[in-house]
Amino acid sequence: MDRLVLLVSTGVARGLVIALFALSLVIIWRAARIVNFAQAAMAVAAVYVAFAVQQATGSYVLALLSALVVGALLGVAVERGLMRHVAGRTPMPGMIVAIGLVMVLQALLGIFFGPKHRPMTPVLSEAPLYVGDVPVLSRYDLFVLLVALVVVVGLGVLFNRSTLGLQLRASAVAPEVSRLLGVRVPRMVTIGWMLSSAVAALAVLLLVPTELGLNAHSGDVLFVHAFTVAVLGGLDSPAGALVGGLVVGVLISLVTGYASAGLAPLAVLALLTCVLLVRPGGIFATKEARTA
Amino acid sequence: MSRSTTPLTAAGPRPGAAAPSGATPRLEVEGLTVTFGGLTALDDVGFAVGDGEVVALIGPNGAGKTTVFNVVCGLVRPRAGSVRIDGRPAPAATSRLQGHGVARTLQGLGLFSGMTVAENVLVPLSGRERRSEDGRALAAAALERLDLLHTADAVVDALPYPERKRVALARALVTNPRLLLLDEPAGGLGAEDIAGLAHVVRGVVASGSSVLLVEHHVDFVMEVADRVVVLDFGRVVACGTPDEVRSDPAVEAAYLGLEAAR
Repeated sequence: MDRLVLLVSTGVARGLVIALFALSLVIIWRAARIVNFAQAAMAVAAVYVAFAVQQATGSYVLALLSALVVGALLGVAVERGLMRHVAGRTPMPGMIVAIGLVMVLQALLGIFFGPKHRPMTPVLSEAPLYVGDVPVLSRYDLFVLLVALVVVVGLGVLFNRSTLGLQLRASAVAPEVSRLLGVRVPRMVTIGWMLSSAVAALAVLLLVPTELGLNAHSGDVLFVHAFTVAVLGGLDSPAGALVGGLVVGVLISLVTGYASAGLAPLAVLALLTCVLLVRPGGIFATKEARTA
Repeated sequence: MSRSTTPLTAAGPRPGAAAPSGATPRLEVEGLTVTFGGLTALDDVGFAVGDGEVVALIGPNGAGKTTVFNVVCGLVRPRAGSVRIDGRPAPAATSRLQGHGVARTLQGLGLFSGMTVAENVLVPLSGRERRSEDGRALAAAALERLDLLHTADAVVDALPYPERKRVALARALVTNPRLLLLDEPAGGLGAEDIAGLAHVVRGVVASGSSVLLVEHHVDFVMEVADRVVVLDFGRVVACGTPDEVRSDPAVEAAYLGLEAAR
């Protein structure tokens, strides 16, 4: 029983990181109708900068802020410099370009930083806290939980309560009509990339201390899990990303704890397959199924 | 079907397409020619809409009515010709149209699915009303004008068609445009809703704005329009007051031609 509590609570913390990354995929899908396969590689590049900042200043807060800022800037650069110039009425060409970008970014990171994992020590202890005699979340897990909550609430307020959020949603739903109504749609697409990349960078930054360390491929598994989650929840649904992230996080934690770590990815893919068989548009999809 | 061989185009453009007043017209369209591939959608189309005037564009399906709207809105680039709004060239960027005092409704309504009625109406204000209080007041006024206040917090998708149609109209009116482009405003509406629509259009004009509308509903056009421009196969075949146009043989030919083609 104690073991179950520990595994579930750890799963929730890991799940929130997956949920954040899935949320970043939802944001960009809504803004630009693209599954950004380069999301993880871009986030890892931003985290390399954050890592350097932490090494130089010793400050985790500065590292966190620089991951957000560099992630956002990278998003703007990729959208303005690359994606905007990809022609096509379907999302497919953009996705192919994104896959190409993954290869370029990972090769560049490999050339500059080598293949070795750079350990990133967590800002807080990873030893579990005890409630009575039962081990539950670690301090670092609580920190992740807090950061994830702040980001989710912040994004919720931005999208649902602000004028910018109204414009972002409008241009995501109907770009042509939005233009007629005076919304600068290209700018909204850029802001979507910016927000999405910043959130993704944050997710990778939160993840790395719980893994082997920072490497060009540090975000790959996270991307696969988050993509699964985004599909589970419906790419258009922020709530779906959150719930899906938690479900997948707990599933991975339970399978790893009770069976083996090797089975966890299989369990995630089995879940994905089941959901797609029952609801091809995703659990939380409203009506429009994905076109790609 | 080849358009050029049809005898209907032989009627040619009519003179007298300018607005009646001598002042700069609100909207001036001159020599507009649009081709899609080998198809000539608009051929030397010209007309004007004066201050406080309601002009109706009528004609059979495929006559080019919506294409005229699309050119005015910058969604379609003409091969030749010009569009002037208050004497200035129409903006090339669609998103700047609103700044020129132009608003448009769409045949397909184009409402923002999943958003509330109030949010839909707030979108056109989002770019310019910095203080959200002003925006909310303007939105409430537009909703009240179309008797939609009670649905403000409803998600648009849940409303019946006539109400969604009014939401689209409220969204166009919320910026108090000087030129309102209405694409088939009466389409799909019952007699009562059309009467209400006519009332709203008269209110818009009474406040000094101008209206250009595309419409199939002849009775509605005859009731609200000051002048009617008849398009057929991309050309202006007639232009005048509703009564003049009604008795014009070219108009009859255009519509009879359509009937015969069926």
